[in-house]
Amino acid sequence: MVDAVLFEFLHTEMVAELWAHEADPDPGPGEQKMNLLVLESMGFRVGQALGERLPRETLALREELDVLKFLCKDLWVAVFQKQMDSLRTNHQALLCPQGTYVLQDSSFPLLVRMASGLQYVEEAPKFLAFTCGLLRGTLSTLGIKSLVTASVAALPACRFQVVVQRS
Amino acid sequence: MVHTSLDVVDEKISAMGKALVDQRELYLGLLYPTEDYKVYGYVTNSKVKFVMVVDSSNPALRDNEIRSMFRKLHNSYTDVMCNPFYNPGDRIQSRAFDSMVTSMMIQVC
Repeated sequence: MVDAVLFEFLHTEMVAELWAHEADPDPGPGEQKMNLLVLESMGFRVGQALGERLPRETLALREELDVLKFLCKDLWVAVFQKQMDSLRTNHQALLCPQGTYVLQDSSFPLLVRMASGLQYVEEAPKFLAFTCGLLRGTLSTLGIKSLVTASVAALPACRFQVVVQRS
Repeated sequence: MVHTSLDVVDEKISAMGKALVDQRELYLGLLYPTEDYKVYGYVTNSKVKFVMVVDSSNPALRDNEIRSMFRKLHNSYTDVMCNPFYNPGDRIQSRAFDSMVTSMMIQVC
């Protein structure tokens, strides 16, 4: 397999490139969201393709939890060479017909090079947008419509929240 | 005919449950009285269904031949998905995919 660092470099450049166009005369918060959306949709398309290619040899993923476990183990290992640290569920079947999962990574490879602690916490969302899209895309190929958001308390630990939308 | 076979596929998927944790399903179904065709089905993890209709006049194809055909189909479909110019859900217009399918069909006949 190819060296993981190549993807890290490419990803860093992607974020930098999309952010460079942000230096417009009127960079309101709306602009920022646009760029994050571009990154997220790129991740979505990549996730769709990965969702087709990765589970090829694995057995059928019957339950939703199986799919999430597959994400934490196989997808993370394939893209970042390590497994996700923890997966928690937070179902509120009575309040809303949606399932919520929290995926936690205590040492996210795309953030680990930046800092360790509270520095750069405001910049972190840009670097997580692509990965959010990746998760959403893979889930969508495997038949689960969802909404993925990420949050960072202190680098390089981050958590991804997956809210499954059941119609 | 293909539509009815899709219904049978759906039936099988929902009936499988947790007993068989096997991704593939290979079955011999829908042998019509007038036209003798055999229909094989295959389901991927991404809920994509492949249906193959075979004329049963030639000596029945062996099980593992069908399986290998489905595996090749799955691999080509994965390649089509990875093509950045392809939008999932569109009709497949890849020449590589078409040529693979044609060569497979020629091989069988």
